[in-house]
Amino acid sequence: MDSMTLIAVISIFTSDITIAIGSIGPALGEGRAVASALSSLAQQPDSAPTITRTLFVGLAMIESVAIYCLVVSMILIFANPFWSQSVATLAGN
Amino acid sequence: MQLSSDQIIFWQYGFAKLNLTIVTTWGLMLVMTLIAWLVTRRLEHSLTISRWQHVLEVITLSIKAQIEEVGLIQSRRYITFIGTLFLFILMANLCAIVPGYEPPTGSLSTTTALAFCVFIAVPLFGIRKQGLGDYLHSYMQPTVIMLPFNIMSELSRTLALAVRLFGNMMSGSMIIAILLTIIPFIFPLLLDVLHLITGVVQAYIFSVLATVYIAAATRGEEG
Repeated sequence: MDSMTLIAVISIFTSDITIAIGSIGPALGEGRAVASALSSLAQQPDSAPTITRTLFVGLAMIESVAIYCLVVSMILIFANPFWSQSVATLAGN
Repeated sequence: MQLSSDQIIFWQYGFAKLNLTIVTTWGLMLVMTLIAWLVTRRLEHSLTISRWQHVLEVITLSIKAQIEEVGLIQSRRYITFIGTLFLFILMANLCAIVPGYEPPTGSLSTTTALAFCVFIAVPLFGIRKQGLGDYLHSYMQPTVIMLPFNIMSELSRTLALAVRLFGNMMSGSMIIAILLTIIPFIFPLLLDVLHLITGVVQAYIFSVLATVYIAAATRGEEG
């Protein structure tokens, strides 16, 4: 395997692992958040607007963790610095 | 398969490009401005108002109520900014039912620009409410040690704001494109509906987050 293939393999594998593992935590967290929000809604339907708004803001905050993983994996695939450097080196030769 | 509508370029002169994203954004701005101008040309104060004025009043008042619920009591000061964000993202996402339309929010440049507006507006509103010294001092709450973390959170939440909207809208169109090649019968339609719901929710989340950030910046000591 030459270095180009190695870089491609490792980048793709790492980006997949990043988004796969990185979405487990936020998924569990969002599930817990929605579950407790639903039980609060069932107990106090009157405060539905407040609960819903807080839930959305909280979900957005939890989601940011998964979004950072998405950013990392998209950088690894679409804007990989090592890949560009290796292409530049090949073009230089 | 292209990732975003940025890659469809109509006209290019050196650095400046005119791509589909910009054209769609301008078209949306034109349509929204035209509708707003047509409706507000003759505002009525009587008991019977035109139905279009009624629609606009309902939209404006519900945005105002939402802003006030988050804690910004002087909502008139902020409704121009937050309402514009919400209505633009909502229109951009909802127009996806028009065939051949590519939502401009599915391009990272649009969402970065919107998040950058929030990034600029939050300190501006904060300084206007509290004054420069008090606003800068709020970065050192509760202790000076928190200063780098507060600055980092300011930057990272802007990044998250941009990528959240982009990721949701882009993945929606991409999933539909992939499904059309696998099971092109009913399922793309159902996912299209889900995509519309996601668009509305994302518009809501974007504007509520902007409101929350502004509220946190203008609240001062107790927040």
